[in-house]
Amino acid sequence: MAKVKKIVKSITIDADKCNGCKACEVICSSWHATPRYSSNNPARSRIRIVRLPLRDIYLPVYAGEYTVAECTGRDKYIIDGKEYNECDFCRASCPSRDLFKEPDSGLPLKCDMCEETPALEKPKCVEWCLADALVYVEREEEVEEDQVKLGDVEIGLGSLIDKYGLQQVLDTAARMAKP
Amino acid sequence: MRYGEIGFDLEIDLSRGSIDRVETDPRDTKLYLGGLGTNAKIMWDRVPPETEAFSEDNLLIFSSGLLCGTGAPGCNRTIVSTISPQTKLMAYSMMGGFWAPELKYAGYDKLIISGKSEQLVYLWINNDKVEIRDASHLKGLGATETSEAIRKELKDPDIQVAAIGLAGENRVLYASVEQGRSSASRGGIGAVMGDKGLKAIAVRGTKDINVADPAKYMDLCNDVLKYIKFREDNPIKGVPPILQGLGSPQEMAIVDEQWHTTNFMWGNSRTRRKDFWTHQIEEKWRETQENVRTRLISCHNCPMKCGATISVPGLPTYMMKCYSKLTYTMAAFADLDFGFKIAQKATEYGLDGFSAPQAMAFGLELLEAGILTEADFPGMPEDTEGRFFYLLEKIVRREGIGDYLADGTYWAARRIGKGAEKFDHNTIKKHEQLPLKLGMLNPVYYLMYSTGEKINITQIEGQFPQEPFATREAREEFVKDWFQVPDEKFKKYYVDWEPRGEMSNPHYPTPEMASEIVDWMEKMHYIDDALGMCAGLSSFPLKPPYHIHNYPEFVTAATGIKMDKDDVWQSATRTRTLMRALNVRRGMRRADDKPPEDHWKKRFPDLEKQLLDQYYKLKGFNDQGIPTKESLHELEMDFVAEEFEQKGIYAHG
Repeated sequence: MAKVKKIVKSITIDADKCNGCKACEVICSSWHATPRYSSNNPARSRIRIVRLPLRDIYLPVYAGEYTVAECTGRDKYIIDGKEYNECDFCRASCPSRDLFKEPDSGLPLKCDMCEETPALEKPKCVEWCLADALVYVEREEEVEEDQVKLGDVEIGLGSLIDKYGLQQVLDTAARMAKP
Repeated sequence: MRYGEIGFDLEIDLSRGSIDRVETDPRDTKLYLGGLGTNAKIMWDRVPPETEAFSEDNLLIFSSGLLCGTGAPGCNRTIVSTISPQTKLMAYSMMGGFWAPELKYAGYDKLIISGKSEQLVYLWINNDKVEIRDASHLKGLGATETSEAIRKELKDPDIQVAAIGLAGENRVLYASVEQGRSSASRGGIGAVMGDKGLKAIAVRGTKDINVADPAKYMDLCNDVLKYIKFREDNPIKGVPPILQGLGSPQEMAIVDEQWHTTNFMWGNSRTRRKDFWTHQIEEKWRETQENVRTRLISCHNCPMKCGATISVPGLPTYMMKCYSKLTYTMAAFADLDFGFKIAQKATEYGLDGFSAPQAMAFGLELLEAGILTEADFPGMPEDTEGRFFYLLEKIVRREGIGDYLADGTYWAARRIGKGAEKFDHNTIKKHEQLPLKLGMLNPVYYLMYSTGEKINITQIEGQFPQEPFATREAREEFVKDWFQVPDEKFKKYYVDWEPRGEMSNPHYPTPEMASEIVDWMEKMHYIDDALGMCAGLSSFPLKPPYHIHNYPEFVTAATGIKMDKDDVWQSATRTRTLMRALNVRRGMRRADDKPPEDHWKKRFPDLEKQLLDQYYKLKGFNDQGIPTKESLHELEMDFVAEEFEQKGIYAHG
């Protein structure tokens, strides 16, 4: 299989530089509002700061994949004498916590790097972080060419299968297909 | 739907235990904007002039500002208003941090507290769910300890808490309300909270704040961020380091304190130490500061880093901002190391960092003068630092001499008598001031000290340089990119201002010019306090990103209420006049509009009279400092004039 080059977008987080101002949360939720910028609400943000000033913990975390069940990991990390929960670093929208869920619907949120046409120079949170705790980095990676790209319907069906099982989805589709 | 603001206030009566969500009148937004403006209107309507600070009828209002929590960088101030137990006038103190935006995310513009609870309680505001909860287990805890205990109890680290410490519980007249890295310190607001039996207010909100014209609003916000970056790269030349940039004076970042330590007074605002700052001191203080400072920190949605987390070995971590690192240090003739240590305790107890050290230094001066005796200070250590710690404990518990000093220097002096009044030399309207004693009267500062309704110089000054640069060339250079001026004439006023000679203090700027300069400066503060904007990005520093030219656009794009420059200016004039009216109704008159007697060595009674006359004229006040019927009519505040008529305030002066 042929290899092709692909641009991978990423954000380097320098937690030591974070001042806990939440500007990233404000601008993220504002950018993703409909109409754009019409409201802001950090509870809808796809980046959240774990902010515990008295313990000097300032940790920006991006929303990642949705997970159906919480994991068993409850380890503690001690870094520079500061104690973190394993969950502090976790990007998942997870049943164990309210983080990365729409506050009214409970639907999961995920960082999309402010994907837009034409592309932004950098994601909005990075642009608004004047402390440089967030730095946008593009790197080139080689990937297999013919990775199948899933369409919207396939992604949707996949979620239904995850939740109800293949058989029930097939049965339902068959039932609905009948005139 | 309302934009910018939420359109609902939360009203809690602690006597009855009632909780109401009340819709507000959008017409008031156009008239008063919000924040301090609408607070003043509520205080006028609902707190009669005979109401004492410690009365069930006194309101305690925690307000956000009109633009708080929107995308506008640095717009996060909580404006707390009540009747001050110390000045007996309307107090409004503000704090940054995260509390006000959180209140708006929870769905309220203001929290209006009335009545008193018999038991110590705290409030838990979680979106639509609001509870009055028992706080007996929090009694006696420090303000930071209380916040942490509540977050733990309610299992959410993102809850924002405003709390009082022991000083507020015991109604020390300069008790503060603390909120992590910020505090509302001036005017004894924490004492009113304590009197109401309210230990803390915890807020968590997960709702939206909307703006009317999203694209335009975001453009404005981005322009502000761009200008903040520009100012960071282009500090103002020719002024002390702590005044070169934006934000509060950068006391946490900068070690160079030559300006404060050699210009401001030590002790009970007595001694100037012109030669204090040496290379040796600088090195020592640098080591102290860098050893205890864990991190520079920000308020909600603000790129400035005016605060810091402070961890003194052996003491609990706390957060500090701005000048409080020096107030105790200088009052006690001590080292910075002492300042950081005692501020930790004072922050937990919840005390105003301006008033508390002065009250302590005042007490020790009375001992030295023989007005108080050793018997008044049983068991007090010999060393000054030890004495300050001793007095701190006495004051917050109102024990012995502490019970006197807890009322501040003005009231303590009168209660002690025996000539103690002479030692209360640094108050205006019974309220302790920055420890500054200068030579030549400055006409602009004379007016600000005398007339400021906040009774605090840092909440009225700004925008216009404190003194002229040495050369005309330097002044011309300064005004080149000074687009923040509301009118070009201010540039000329500044360029013509000389350090010496005819065109210098006290006769230049002239009373007319001085009044206009003060009008501009205080107007910007009033706009900030209505919008919830931090003065550090607007009315306080030189060449700020927010100014009278972009504010109307911000207000219009946020609220959808079309307002131009004149409308915003007029709204601030209205609030300023209403603040004056509130205090006039409580008995304040021209005789009260004066600086501390010894603030300047060289005084000019005739000139000072002219200055005050001219200022009153420009403001639409009569010669007693009372807003006239005509000016009130022009401001659509005939209701004030009618009450003045009824009460005979015009007739009797």
